[in-house]
Formats: sequence, structure tokens, C-alpha cells
Amino acid sequence: MIDWPLVSVIIFLPLIGALIILFIKEDELTSINIKWAALLTTSGTFILSLILWLQFDYSNPSYQYEEKFRWFDDFNFFYHVGVDGISLFMILLSTFLTPLCILASWNNIKKRVKEYMLSFLFLETVMIGMFASIDILLFYIFFEAVLIPMYLIIGIWGGNRRIYASFKFFLYTLLGSVLMLIAIIVMYRNTSSMSIEFLQGNYFSYNTQLFLWLAFFASFAVKIPMWPFHTWLPDAHVEAPTAGSVILAGVLLKMGGYGFIRFSLGMLPEATEFFIPLIMTLSIVAIVYTSLVALAQTDIKKLIAYSSVAHMGIVTIGIFLVNQQGLEGAMMQMISHGLVSAALFLCVGVIYDRMHTREIEFYGGLVQRMPLYATVFMIFMLGSVGLPGTSGFIGEFLVIVGAFKFSSYVVIGAAFGIILSAVYMLYLYKRIIFGTITNNKLADILDINTREKIILIPLAISVILLGIFPNLFLDPMRLSLELIITNYEIANAK
Amino acid sequence: MLNNIYNIFFIPEIFLACSSFVCLLFGLFLKKNAFRQTSNLAVFVLLLTILLVYNDSESNFANYKSLFSHSSFINFFKILALLGSIASIIISKDYFLGIKLKNFEIPVLFLFSTLGMMLMIASNNLMSMYLAIELQSLSLYVAAAIKRDSISSAESGVKYFILGALSSGILLYGFSLIYGFTGSMNFDDISFYLSKYDNLNLGLIFGLVFVMVGLAFKVSAVPFHMWTPDVYEGAPNSITGFFAIVPKIAAVALIYRFCLVPFENFYLEWSQIILFLSIASMFLGAIAAIAQSNIKRLLAYSSIGHIGYILIALVAANDDGIKAASIYMFSYMIMNVAIFAILLSLKVKNEYLINISDLKGLSKSNPIVSLSISIIMLSMAGIPPFIGFFGKFYVFIAAIEQELYVLSVLGVLASVISAFYYLRIIKIMYFDESKSEGIINFQISFQSKIILSLSLFLIICFIFYPSLLINISASLTI
Repeated sequence: MIDWPLVSVIIFLPLIGALIILFIKEDELTSINIKWAALLTTSGTFILSLILWLQFDYSNPSYQYEEKFRWFDDFNFFYHVGVDGISLFMILLSTFLTPLCILASWNNIKKRVKEYMLSFLFLETVMIGMFASIDILLFYIFFEAVLIPMYLIIGIWGGNRRIYASFKFFLYTLLGSVLMLIAIIVMYRNTSSMSIEFLQGNYFSYNTQLFLWLAFFASFAVKIPMWPFHTWLPDAHVEAPTAGSVILAGVLLKMGGYGFIRFSLGMLPEATEFFIPLIMTLSIVAIVYTSLVALAQTDIKKLIAYSSVAHMGIVTIGIFLVNQQGLEGAMMQMISHGLVSAALFLCVGVIYDRMHTREIEFYGGLVQRMPLYATVFMIFMLGSVGLPGTSGFIGEFLVIVGAFKFSSYVVIGAAFGIILSAVYMLYLYKRIIFGTITNNKLADILDINTREKIILIPLAISVILLGIFPNLFLDPMRLSLELIITNYEIANAK
Repeated sequence: MLNNIYNIFFIPEIFLACSSFVCLLFGLFLKKNAFRQTSNLAVFVLLLTILLVYNDSESNFANYKSLFSHSSFINFFKILALLGSIASIIISKDYFLGIKLKNFEIPVLFLFSTLGMMLMIASNNLMSMYLAIELQSLSLYVAAAIKRDSISSAESGVKYFILGALSSGILLYGFSLIYGFTGSMNFDDISFYLSKYDNLNLGLIFGLVFVMVGLAFKVSAVPFHMWTPDVYEGAPNSITGFFAIVPKIAAVALIYRFCLVPFENFYLEWSQIILFLSIASMFLGAIAAIAQSNIKRLLAYSSIGHIGYILIALVAANDDGIKAASIYMFSYMIMNVAIFAILLSLKVKNEYLINISDLKGLSKSNPIVSLSISIIMLSMAGIPPFIGFFGKFYVFIAAIEQELYVLSVLGVLASVISAFYYLRIIKIMYFDESKSEGIINFQISFQSKIILSLSLFLIICFIFYPSLLINISASLTI
């Protein structure tokens, strides 16, 4: 194994990059240096995180690459980081998407490049740190620190209603997470430990579990987001700059799913059992309702934002089925959604950069002028629909297989949502890409350039890779998920 | 004999009292630059006092046992008050020179008020407590009205004086009731007397309530907070800085000691009052600050909110509560020093900054300053990874230890509401487009720069080595 602190290096490398950028004076000429510095650090982080995957021990269900230092002298809080099968791909997703985000904002961010890159690098550090934390306090600090750069990204570089959207995003998610803080302290008071590893046994009485579960639910349901706590998401997505939407959809929403798996399932199994009907109901409502809402949207980004809520509904169903297929499906769906929705937002960004509008009405017949764009867009669109051979299929399929063991009503709801997703995505694709160019302004639109190819092609490849070789991703996470399921079943069998 | 006198002189309070008179004379006989030189001397005196407090031993105090007490908690808060005092004298020096308010009395007033605060923190007797409170308050009344040609300054001084006198009267009446029913003024004697009884009689309850009202006025807890925004607004900015930073430290220490020493066995009686004060302060502080356009009023409401959190730790009334209070107070002082260091150096069109909306465009013209303000604001809102988060975190740990779940949930909800107005400042600096750029000047003296950088360093880097402060505060006994 590796004898240097790989995880800490991955966490803090972007922060070091940010410190370097802090000392570059920004003007017309040097802003390119800032961009390169950001791109190089984030790419370096991605390469390092690949080592995590290559050296990963598939036969070990618990944490690997652990690092543990005493942090507070009076309480058992540690700087404790590590990676297991569940967090591995979340970290990879974060490190993979951030360089693409930097590239995607290469030309369209013209003001305050320095602050922009600082925000993104800081954001990457806290995202990775959050997924890698084994100490809950550390987790919480990273979890909440995510709000700071995201607030700035939406508020400074966003669209017209950016201030409203940024405040809504910040306060909504803060409200959820402060309740989690109380729950964390209660957990600590009951067990004198903040280790996620340690707490994944059953240590709380039934009533305590119910309250703790609700507090965690408040936090993660807002983050993921579940219906009816999703209203911040369309606003945030629509107003955020392209790269902001990419990170928001690609990584931040996964924080909710990740939290559900780690905390609700792992630590509060009996309460989870009690609340499963609630989650299933909310998820099915989310899938059907937001799909219908997506159908009615006139703004491309808003449509994709609502589709995200629907897709995350599949994820929550998968997680709370608490069986092997369901959890694996949920994880696959999260990874797939991270890639596909990120890519879709990037695709929207491509045409937005050219035309500065996101109205569906405005476009039409793009295939005439942008054949390559139409192709990659199609791959992602099909990935979102869940066509076999793309990543979306694996997740949805596994969740539905798992759901049969639970209840056929859930299957019907989920399947109905998947059909609706095909409806709104294909309808969107038809309106934007097919037909003849009716709008004169589109007559000179250019196809994707090299930079955009560099961004979109790796995403397209990984979407297909995930669809054809799902075991590449499922094998590392399998044992970690099994461990969670075993603990859950032992707790509920008592 | 000689040895004894020697010792007496090196009792920090006596040293500070003598040195304050020296400073007064020094300023009086100096012809040129009296203000600047006296300020420097005052800082020097306070630094020496810190050393003395640090090396203080209990034996020095033997003669004053009935009036003053000695403990690690007291010393910690004394040092905190002295540090706050030093910082606010340094950061306000240039401001006073800028508004041509060169009275050398100002640093001397600060010294006397600091002396009063040290006595307040240490007082172990109702009488010494009252006298100490009056010493610090009288200095502050004068300080608030020091800008004699300004109507607002005079108004704030008078307002502060009248309300302060009223609260002192109520406080004194409470003292007389407590004295009347226990027959003693000494905290320990009162505690000893009360330990014989299971519950307080009506007279003592009245006394306790009156004292609580007076103390709530001093810490500006809701509903006795009305003076705070007005006094903060009217007084010159640097005096406001002093008000925000230092007297709060002493008043919080006093309310802690008063509740936990003489009345420690009557937790149920006073905790109800503190509980209400705490919830009301948090919510009023959070909600009323939203509508403010004047940065000083905003900071006044913000400090009211902070007091609410510190009182949560008092309701918890355990060792974790004392720890939480000292960590919170430290972070409060650091954050206020930092924000006032910036405010006292920001000029808009040659006027010192007052309106929040004038911060517009600061992020373009002065990115480092606006970044610093943002960090301070996020820290005040309690967003990790800054120091303000840890203050709140420890407060909630203390509260949950005592199973005060509802209070903790209310506390975090209020912190979400208050996050709104802190974010609004960041919004004004970063999100709002400004048409007129470059009208904001940031001129800061070298000394203030050191204070500012040091406090920003502590705000940001506390997370990397929290144990230093936490070990100190964990060892405090009341």
C-alpha cells in the first residue's frame, strides 16, 4: 500500500493551488495564468485520485488509506480521513468534474477570474474532504463549508435573479444542516465517539433514533433534494453559471444520498425501517410530479434541474430499499446522474455561450449546423433516459429489480417516472436539435470547438463505459454496501 | 512591611489604577501630541497589567478576600478584557485623529473603564460589584458623549447615562433586598446562608429578579437592550468599537459569576430568567438586524444575538458551559476587533463608513478588505471552518449535555435567520454592481494592520490547532 498521506494530499492539493492563485495579481494578461494554475491543480488532483482507485483493495469492506490525528484535546474529535467503496467514486466524481468545470469556464467567465478559480478550488477541497471524512465533526465542517463557495459562485457569476437564488440556496441548506449539528452533538453525547466507523453499529435507543433520523433527514432531504424540499434547486440551477450547475448537479446533490447511506442506514437502522414508507411515498411523488413539471418547462436548464429531482427520487428509492440491488442501483444512479446531468448542463452551456439564451423556443434545427454537438447531446440525453448501454440504465434497472422485492407499487411509480423521463428528454431533444433552422440568429452558430470536445468527449466515454462495464464500478463498492446492509439487518432482526 | 507594599503595588488592579492616574497627568502636562502619546502609554500600561494578571498569585489577594475573588475563570476574562481594550485603543487611534477628536482623556477613560471591568469580573461582594460597575459605566457614559459638538454623540451619552442609571438603581434595589434577607454582601457568605434552605423566599426572589434585570441591561439582553443600537449609532465609531468589544466581556463574566457563585443552588430560579433572555436575544438580534442600513446598528443587534448564545451556555450551567462561554467570548472579541479594525479605516468620500450600502463595489476596489469582511461575517454567522462556528458548537455541546434540546434547536434556527443579514453584507460587496468605483478608501496604520492580521489569522486558523484555546478554557473554574 501507499505509505504517504494520499487522501490528505488529494483533499488539500486544490487548497494549495488556491493559495498560489491568491498571490497572482490579476489583470488582463495574468488571468490566463490563473486559469492554468487552477486547471493544473485540479487535473493533478484527478490523477492522484485515480491512484486511489488503482490501489484500492476490493476485498476490504471498511476504510482504506486511513489517516488519524488527534484534533481536539478535550473531546474525541479526530482528523480522520479514509476511503471506502462508497466514498471512492464520490471522490472520483468530484475530482473528475472539477477540471472540466474549470475548462468550461475558460472563456465565458470574464469578470473576477481570480475569485472564481479560488471558489472552485476551495469547493473541490471541501467536497473531497466531506466524502473522505470518517470523523462526523470533520464531515459536518466540510458539509457546511460547501455553502460558502457555492453561494459566491451563484451570487457573483450567476444570471439575473442570482441574488434571490443564492440566498435561497444558502439559507435553505443551512437550515437543514444546523439541525444535523444538533443531532451530531446528541450522538456524541450518547457514545463519546465521532467516528463514522464506530457509530455504524446500533447504539441508540429507538426514540433517540427517531429524532436523530428526522434531524439528518432535514439536512439530506434538502440537499439531495427530495420533494417537497426541492424548490431551491431549480432556482439555483437556472441562475448559477454553467460550471456552478455542473458541480451542483454532479456532486452536491450526491452529498444527500451519501449522507442517507452513511448516517440514516448505517447508524439509525431501526428508525430507517420506521420511516421507509415516508421516503418511498415522497420519492414516488417526486419522480412523477417533477417529471410532469419538467415536461412543462420552457427553460432548458430548469427542465434538467427538475429531471435531477426525479432522478434523485430513484436514488432515494434505491437507498431505502436496503437490499443489494437497490443500494448498488442507487450508487450507480448517483454516479451516472453525476456524469449525465453534469454533461447536459455543459451542453446547455455550449449553446448558451453562443446565443445567451436558454429558452427552448429560441432553438430548433441545431443538427443542421452542429452535427457533432447533436451527437454528444444525444448520448447524454439517452443516458438520462436510461437507454441500455448507457450509465443511466444500470442504475434504474438495479433499483427496479430491487424494488420488486419490496413492493410492486413502488416499481410502478418508478417505472412510470422513467417513461416520463423519456418523454420530456426526447421532446426536449426534438425541439432543440431536430427540424429546420427557423430562427435566423442560429444561422451562423458554430459547432463545438476543441476545448468543448475535450470537456464533453471524456464524459461521453465514461457514460458509455459505465453502461457497458458496470462491474468496473460495482466491484469496489460491493463489500462496503454489503457491510451496511448486514448491520442494518442485524439491528432490525433484534 | 516593605515586601508587603511591594506586593500591593503589583496587584494588577492597583497597578492599573495608579498607572491610569499617571497617564492622566502625563497627558495633562504634555503639550504636543498628547492624545497619541497617552494612547501609547495606555497600551503599554495595559500590556504590563496583562503580565501582572498572568503572574498573579492568590496570596496577593488574601487581604481583599471579602471583596474580590481569584480564580482561573476570573483571570481568563480579565486578560480577555485587557486584550480587547488594547486592541480597541490601537485600532481607534487613527480614527480619533481623523475626526480631530484629540482629547487625551479618551485613553484615560478607557483605562478607568477597563479597571472597573477587572474589578467587576473579580468582585465577590455585592458592594464591590456595584462600585466596579459604576466605575466602568461612568467612564463609558463620558466616552459616549466625548464628541461634544456632535448632537448624536451627546444624545447617545445622555441616553446611555439615564438608562444606565435607571438600571443601576434597579440593581442596587435588588442588592438591598438580597442583603436584607441574607444579612451578608459577600458571595460566599450568601451562598453559605442559602445552602441551608431548599427554596428562596419571596424577598430573595424579588432581589434576584431585580439584579437579573440590572445585569441583563449591562449585557444588553432582550428586553433590556433598547439602549444598545442607539448608543452604538450615536457614539463615535471607535467608542462604539470599544463598547462592542470590551464591556460585554466583563458583563458576561459578572452575570456568570453572580448566577453560579451565590445562587448556584437555585438553578431553577434564575435559569428561567436567563432562558427567556437568551431566546429573546437570539431572535430579536437576528430579526431586527435584517432591516438595518447602518452598520453600527447592525453590529449592535448582532452583539445582542451573540449574547443570546452565551446565555445558552449559562443556562446549561455546567463545566462545558463555562468552557463554551470562554471560547465564545474569545471568538466574539476577536471577530469584533477585526470588523472594527476595518470599519475604522474605511472612508467613503472622506467620511468614515456608516451605511452598509456604501460597501458596494468594495470587492473590486479593495479585494483583500472585502474578503476579510466576508470571512468575519461568515464567522459571525457561525459557518465553519471559522472560529465563530466553534464558539456556537461548544455552546450547543454544553446545552445538549444538560438536555436542553428545545433551546438548542431554537438557537440553531436563530443562527439561520441571522445568517441572512451577515450574507447581505457579502452580497452588497460582491453581488451588487456599483456605478461609482474607487470612492472607498482604505487607510490603515501599521499597528492596526498587525491587530487586524492577527485577529484574522486567529479566525481562520483556529481550526488547525483548536486545542490551545480549548485546553485553557477547559481548565477554568469559576
